[in-house]
Amino acid sequence: MVVILYLLGISLTMGSLGLALFLWSLRSGQYDDLDGAAERVLFEDE
Amino acid sequence: MSATAAALRPAEANDPACAHCGAPTPRGGRFCCTGCAAAFETIQGLGLGRYYRQRVLDPDRRAPRPDDGAPRRDLTAHVVSQPDGTQALSLAIDGLQCGACVWLIESVLARDTRVLTGRVNMTTRRLRLVWRGAAEDAAALVGRIEALGYRLIPFEPGALAAAQDRRGVELIRALGIAGFAAGNVMLLSIGEWAGLMQDMGPATRALLHWITALLALPAIVLAGRPFFASAIAVLRRGRTNMDVPVSLGVLLVAGISLADTFADGNHTYYESALMLLFFLLLGRVLDHRARFRARATAEQLLALRGAMVTVRLADGTLEPRRPEAVAPGEHVLVGMGERIGIDGVLEAGETTLDASLVSGESLPVAASAGAAVFAGTLNLGPPITIRATATGGATLLAECARLIEAAEARRGRFVLLADRIARGYVPVVHVTAATAFAGWMLAGATTGQALLIAAAVLIVTCPCAVALAVPAVQVIAASRLFRAGILLKSPTALERLAEVDRVVFDKTGTLSEPALALEPVAEADRPALQEAAAMAVTSRHPLARALVAAVGPVAAADGVTEHPGQGLSCGAARLGSAGFCGVPGGQGSELWFTRPGHAPLRFGFVERPREDAAAVVATLARLGLAPLVLSGDRPGAVERLARAVGVAQWEAGLSPPGKLARIEAMAASGHRVLMVGDGLNDGPALAAAFVSASPASAADISQTVADLVFQGEHLAPVTRALTMARRARRAMRQNLVLALGYNVVMVPLAAAGWVTPWLAAAAMSASSLLVMGNSARLWRVRW
Repeated sequence: MVVILYLLGISLTMGSLGLALFLWSLRSGQYDDLDGAAERVLFEDE
Repeated sequence: MSATAAALRPAEANDPACAHCGAPTPRGGRFCCTGCAAAFETIQGLGLGRYYRQRVLDPDRRAPRPDDGAPRRDLTAHVVSQPDGTQALSLAIDGLQCGACVWLIESVLARDTRVLTGRVNMTTRRLRLVWRGAAEDAAALVGRIEALGYRLIPFEPGALAAAQDRRGVELIRALGIAGFAAGNVMLLSIGEWAGLMQDMGPATRALLHWITALLALPAIVLAGRPFFASAIAVLRRGRTNMDVPVSLGVLLVAGISLADTFADGNHTYYESALMLLFFLLLGRVLDHRARFRARATAEQLLALRGAMVTVRLADGTLEPRRPEAVAPGEHVLVGMGERIGIDGVLEAGETTLDASLVSGESLPVAASAGAAVFAGTLNLGPPITIRATATGGATLLAECARLIEAAEARRGRFVLLADRIARGYVPVVHVTAATAFAGWMLAGATTGQALLIAAAVLIVTCPCAVALAVPAVQVIAASRLFRAGILLKSPTALERLAEVDRVVFDKTGTLSEPALALEPVAEADRPALQEAAAMAVTSRHPLARALVAAVGPVAAADGVTEHPGQGLSCGAARLGSAGFCGVPGGQGSELWFTRPGHAPLRFGFVERPREDAAAVVATLARLGLAPLVLSGDRPGAVERLARAVGVAQWEAGLSPPGKLARIEAMAASGHRVLMVGDGLNDGPALAAAFVSASPASAADISQTVADLVFQGEHLAPVTRALTMARRARRAMRQNLVLALGYNVVMVPLAAAGWVTPWLAAAAMSASSLLVMGNSARLWRVRW
């Protein structure tokens, strides 16, 4: 059953990574303009 | 002149559209005006022609037509010099149509080497500009964007808006944490539940419980903070709201589960607590977004008009200043066609004033030296000088502000449906849980077992569906109204609207259009009208604007001279007041047009009901809400308009306290009044009404007081908001019945001890989804 420990460890590490990324994106203002984000995807960057 | 006249003809529907702004071009050219041609050239020249292929023009929004006559503002006062030597400026943008506009503005700014940041926020319709160089460069940078047809207004990043945003970020963070923890804990719990059915060893189960606890407890503390803070705040004031049972339930469940983990038991409910938080936070985030957007837009509407006033200093120099920075006794210059920004006394000169936004009087009035003038009045005559008087004195604005304050204080606090439910529901839940605990103790169960059952009762009754029943509906209703240009400013407005049983309209600017309209012109005079419009295009005077609006886009005639306060001349042709044109004066609002060899021609201007006013009145009558008109205007004008739109009941000549008294009398006799008004004189009545609405063209003070603000030329938003509010109330009630029905089934099961953690989790999700699904039906309401 040691395999459970590995799996738990891997899944929690991946989850925490996702959470950290989310908190980073929040802090860098990526949720400030959701309407704009939806439209910007249609235009190329200049 | 004759060459211009030959080229002119009325605009027709099948005229080619202007390649820049989309308006019909009467002369068959590619552009409707030189501004549009220049904007098109600029955009093509920068290689940004894709803009035209990718944009979607919304006919309800302002077309991106460059406005040469827009007042110039001094921007340097708004520029913030930053410590690293760069300059920053926040601006509100008017005229954003779609993502292509955002792309265009940002691309144009990116081409300027001085610009470090030029980013448009589409949600709040604001532009943040950071550049290297002098503060004076602001005018050039802003000018480049304005030349494309947008209007930019410096915006003070207000303290309120900033605080609001922080709350939004806090909610999203809590949602992210709850989502992460709920997902992972659920994963572990499913493993555990599967293990229960097979033969999981106690050691493995304990391990899972501990890992779950380590994940869940910090997450509950972090994600639950918005609820705990709100619950503590209301408890301090001796009340309860929905956050109290949520907080209590989550904390109790977490505590009992932790105790169970220590005792190595087999029932932990961490996943239920986290899921509850996740669902509720989802509702909160959406709710906050909808409300924040409505409020930001409402702020924007006011900021867009926040005009500067021109102060003449003692040494004769002119200085633009914000109205609130003008001291009593100072002299303020008001140009022709400009709105007066402050209360004061007319110092010198004679003029004509349009006080429709202040008093409801639809016809312009003459004013001479010594007359009191009020902020919000439009100066139709020559430039005038005003001596500012102290606000808070006997001015109309101060009087209205006092009346509004008093009316708001008298108006009872409206208790939201959710809070009313909470008052009844919370004690019942807690008594049921306590009874279940006592019953099992008496029946001989151990304290631990009895506590677990009490916890199960709390979990299943934990008002997941109940707490979602109202917000889920509100979010969708508010979003739909927002898309239709209706801004719900107050959180309780929707529920109050649903209970309205009487509708009161102001006349001037509410039932009627805010601007005067040209009276019908005889067919034979159409060519003359075209010529007059070609002259009027160059003027900012409201009557000249009304004349141009009636004709449609026309090319400006060459060589037009404006004689402030009198009229326009172009060669021997004259367009202006009777005196200016040398004809005997007529009545009301009029422009005279004289040319050599032609008889003088009079263009009259009248107040015109909004296009759909009659339809809206008819719809209201069908809804059982026959409207009443309360106006400050003269009886004749009120009667004429009331008849035109089909309103049977009207009262004229009412002062602001008079309107207020009528509204309060109706409220005293048990009516719930929706007041729709736009003038300063409507302010007190709006504040006293059960719920109030203002068009976006309303006076600042009225817009601030109103619970909802609607944009656009039409009155239909009033009936749309009422329809949506009634449908929303029905959906809320259905949701509450669904949620209570779920409790009726689940509570006995929980009290009997049959609800296992997985059953609780499944039942909770199912009921929440049911409630959200029912609310989603509001997306399909037709109006």
